[in-house]
Amino acid sequence: MEYILQPWPWYVSGPLIAFTMLMLVYFGKTFGMSSNLQTLCSIGGAGKYSDYFRFDWKAQRWNLTVVLGAIIGGFIATQFLSDGSTIALSSETISELNNLGFNGVGESLLPPEIYSWENVMSVKGISILVIAGFLVGFGTRYAGGCTSGHAITGLSNLQLPSLIAVIGFFIGGLIMTFFILPLIFGA
Amino acid sequence: MKFLKFLLVGIFFGIVLVKSEAVSWYRIYEMFKFQSFHMYGIIGSAVFLGVLFIWIFKKYKVKSIEGKDIDLAPKDKGVTRYILGGTIFGFGWALAGACPGPMYILVGTGVFSMFIVIAAALLGTFIYGLLQNKLPH
Repeated sequence: MEYILQPWPWYVSGPLIAFTMLMLVYFGKTFGMSSNLQTLCSIGGAGKYSDYFRFDWKAQRWNLTVVLGAIIGGFIATQFLSDGSTIALSSETISELNNLGFNGVGESLLPPEIYSWENVMSVKGISILVIAGFLVGFGTRYAGGCTSGHAITGLSNLQLPSLIAVIGFFIGGLIMTFFILPLIFGA
Repeated sequence: MKFLKFLLVGIFFGIVLVKSEAVSWYRIYEMFKFQSFHMYGIIGSAVFLGVLFIWIFKKYKVKSIEGKDIDLAPKDKGVTRYILGGTIFGFGWALAGACPGPMYILVGTGVFSMFIVIAAALLGTFIYGLLQNKLPH
């Protein structure tokens, strides 16, 4: 039980993510979380505005069910399967983030400097979340997939487009982390 | 019940991503700074096993649970949409620290401000849908 409550090492987690993908493939589906964004827009009536949202969303209910499960899984993992360990980040990461004004680095999954309501209620705070979410939604649909669809499933299926997309993920992620985050938080 | 297996896979996925800390903003920052092997180990081992098992599925023509051929649709050819879309996604991923799976999982962990990110992601998806025919792909 002790091993379950502690954070899981990469060599346990990675294979379990592969198992998640393989189960979905075995069930005759695929592992792609960002498709749900398109489905939710379609359910919300976006088909009135673009063909992109005009499809039979009911055929995607299985994937929305995966999302529902994922939310429940997040709840179970934090409520019943965690011992409250601090995330064992590298000391470089911790000291860099301290210098950028982050405190209690790794004590929670997400930094309160971005996600606490106190910060969200400021113009800067809500702008960060809205811009970040917008870029994720727009980018993933433009690229036709996200980490699960391209980085895990696409690469596993040896798809060159997925490799190009993952290179794109890193171009964007590196520019943001190296150059833009210090401007947002360092000032 | 037909949907139960998908619910269970989702629950499993949510638990794994929390316990692996792959849903943590800090881990994403650390990954993009190349300061730890953790995330690379997770993605690398997942892809390594994924390649191996997808190859086995194809070689031995493994049938799905419904008895059909396993058919992973190849991605459309192209470069522009993948590199541009991927880069835009990367900006958002590194800023939010969450991609479209973790967004939902983090709501389950009790971070309700994540609903703002999800709503904005839906808006981004909607705008992409409007502009799809005008963007280079």
